[in-house]
Amino acid sequence: MASLPLSSDAEKARACLRVYWRRNLILMSVLLVIWAVAGLGCGILWADWLNQYSLFGTGYPLGFWFAQQGSIIVFVALVLIYALAMNRLDRIHLAELSDLDAEAVKAEAASIADAPKGGAQ
Amino acid sequence: MNTQAWTYLFVFLTFGLYLGIAWWSRVRDTKGFYVAGQGVPATANGMATAADWMSAASFISMAGLISTMGYAGGVYLMGWTGGFVLLALLLAPYLRKFGHFTVPDFVGDRYESRVIRIVAVLCALFISFTYVAGQMRGVGVVFGRFLGVDVTVGVVFGMVIVFIYATLGGMKGITWTQVAQYWVLITAFLVPAMAISFKLTGVFLPQAGLGAELLGESVSLLSRLNGLQAELGFGPYTDTFVGRWDKVNVFCVALALMVGTAGLPHVIVRFYTVKSPRAARWSGFWALLFISALYLTAPAIGGFARYYMLSSLNGSTAENMPGWYHSWEKTGLILWLDDGDGVMRYTANEDNEVFRAGALSPAELSGLRVAHQQWIDTEGARGADARVEMRARGLSGPDPDIIVLATPEMAELMDWIVAFVAAGGLAAALSTASGLLLVISSSVAHDFYYRIINPAATEARRLLVGRATIGVAVVVAGIFGIYPPGFVGQVVAFAFGLAAASFFPVIVLGIFWKRVGTVPALCGMLAGIGLTGYYIISVVFFGMEKWTLGLTPQGIDPQGIGTIGMALNFAVTLALTPLFPPPSAEVQAMVDSVREPEGISPAVDIDSAPEH
Repeated sequence: MASLPLSSDAEKARACLRVYWRRNLILMSVLLVIWAVAGLGCGILWADWLNQYSLFGTGYPLGFWFAQQGSIIVFVALVLIYALAMNRLDRIHLAELSDLDAEAVKAEAASIADAPKGGAQ
Repeated sequence: MNTQAWTYLFVFLTFGLYLGIAWWSRVRDTKGFYVAGQGVPATANGMATAADWMSAASFISMAGLISTMGYAGGVYLMGWTGGFVLLALLLAPYLRKFGHFTVPDFVGDRYESRVIRIVAVLCALFISFTYVAGQMRGVGVVFGRFLGVDVTVGVVFGMVIVFIYATLGGMKGITWTQVAQYWVLITAFLVPAMAISFKLTGVFLPQAGLGAELLGESVSLLSRLNGLQAELGFGPYTDTFVGRWDKVNVFCVALALMVGTAGLPHVIVRFYTVKSPRAARWSGFWALLFISALYLTAPAIGGFARYYMLSSLNGSTAENMPGWYHSWEKTGLILWLDDGDGVMRYTANEDNEVFRAGALSPAELSGLRVAHQQWIDTEGARGADARVEMRARGLSGPDPDIIVLATPEMAELMDWIVAFVAAGGLAAALSTASGLLLVISSSVAHDFYYRIINPAATEARRLLVGRATIGVAVVVAGIFGIYPPGFVGQVVAFAFGLAAASFFPVIVLGIFWKRVGTVPALCGMLAGIGLTGYYIISVVFFGMEKWTLGLTPQGIDPQGIGTIGMALNFAVTLALTPLFPPPSAEVQAMVDSVREPEGISPAVDIDSAPEH
């Protein structure tokens, strides 16, 4: 029943959702890489190498510090960034999709107005 | 007022508070019972999650473990906080969008399989029961140590309290009680930490104090501690990979803890008690922030207490023994078997004189002490050097649990602070126990009874089953708390390994890959569970040799086998997926529906999720 404008809006909506999901995955992947590097990496895999250095201005060997303090601090920061970035992403795409919806409704209304009275609707 | 009186007072006040909150939030329908009704504000939910997260083990034992293990203690810190990040980023937001409020519910619907649902329920129940028994034991221990109350009486008392406020208020009552418990436990943990930090380094903030220089000297506390440890035969505190675990094992244990934590049912469900996915993300942040307040402080307590213990015990005689030693000697967590020279030595070598009672009965212990005294008095002619026997039983050194409990006295704080630590330990145990009991209740009443046995059950009936389950679960947990199987600690490790090898892969694949169907998921789960279970049971209970898998000459520690089990689960599921049909169109649409921003579809009404 829909004429051309509506289906291209549906396509646009689908494209918008695809972009949304892809951005979601990229954000998550970046954060998880940092998670792995800080925790498993600096805290374990490279901890013995890092231990030759100290955390600036303190008596903490760096690998030890990462394992017992630094990794936790990084984790809290990651969850904060996730909340901020993901909520923003949701907001942006929701606005975009609502705009598309609004356009589709307008197009629909226009096509109804143009149709002959008592027509095939 | 002495410590015991203060303890009674604080326990009475805090328990009264919890019951009051439960009464205020009492619940009449299943919605409120399982997911707290209207939704809890994100910050408060974060506090409740943090309290739920921090069990008696986190509060009492973790700092002690770190003080004994040094660097390697970091696996518990990284494992439990890192796992939370995985949960917040990879699992919780999507599970929430699905509108399922238990893990077995999600896997049962996603993989369209009653078998998977049942396997998941059994895993969830096993994990939850293991944990809850540990908490009840913790309650008994705190009562025993601080109130001089028999462990059995303490456990029963704890059981009654938890039963009342869990059945009255359901998730809502539990959540708000946990908020109160968070503040009790965090204050009880931080105050002694700041006091001992100030005493040793002049710096109040424990995290900075650990890295600071000793008061009045120009050497850092950690380097002095490293030196002391080396002198006494222990490995340096901050050195990596010197103890039981080499790099591969530390990696496997940490990763198993991280992934296992992300799969724990009683924490996942915490993300459902808020109004929306947006609030759930903020709740996740607040929770980790509040959790990190404790987890960043525990290593400081571990380090300070270790330094203090080594320096104050070594070289003491009976006359100038520190006061805290006398209080704790009575509990059997620490004891002294002198070699005859009247000077105490705490080392890693054969001349060590500090031990703990462990599982020895009072009769056995006094028998050993009498023989030892004879040995001293007769200069070796008669009696026996009890230290040899204690070493053979693995009872060298004080019980790690002493660290948190004795730190307030080591720092010479006032009596009432010591008592407050007791209230804090109880808060930690009860908060976790109540969260677990709710999971057990929902597993049985919703996943098992409503979805499988009697889909026509009325709301009143389901509520009754839910409450009755809590009652039964409390009793069973209490029994395990009073008569713990000797292997409780190892069984908890089993719980993590199981969560890592069974839940985590199927949930992640279920969310992120539409193609995975029923049979591959089931095979993956069974493979993961099978390998992990077989390895842990064989190595821990039947003494099988650890496998090296070509990775490490030490052999993989059972606490780390969950990592291998998880890898196997992923491998089997991924390999089998192309060979089996994809899930139905309905399920694929369900997965697609999650890949939208919040607000596109009508908001998922989490309150009616139990109805679906």
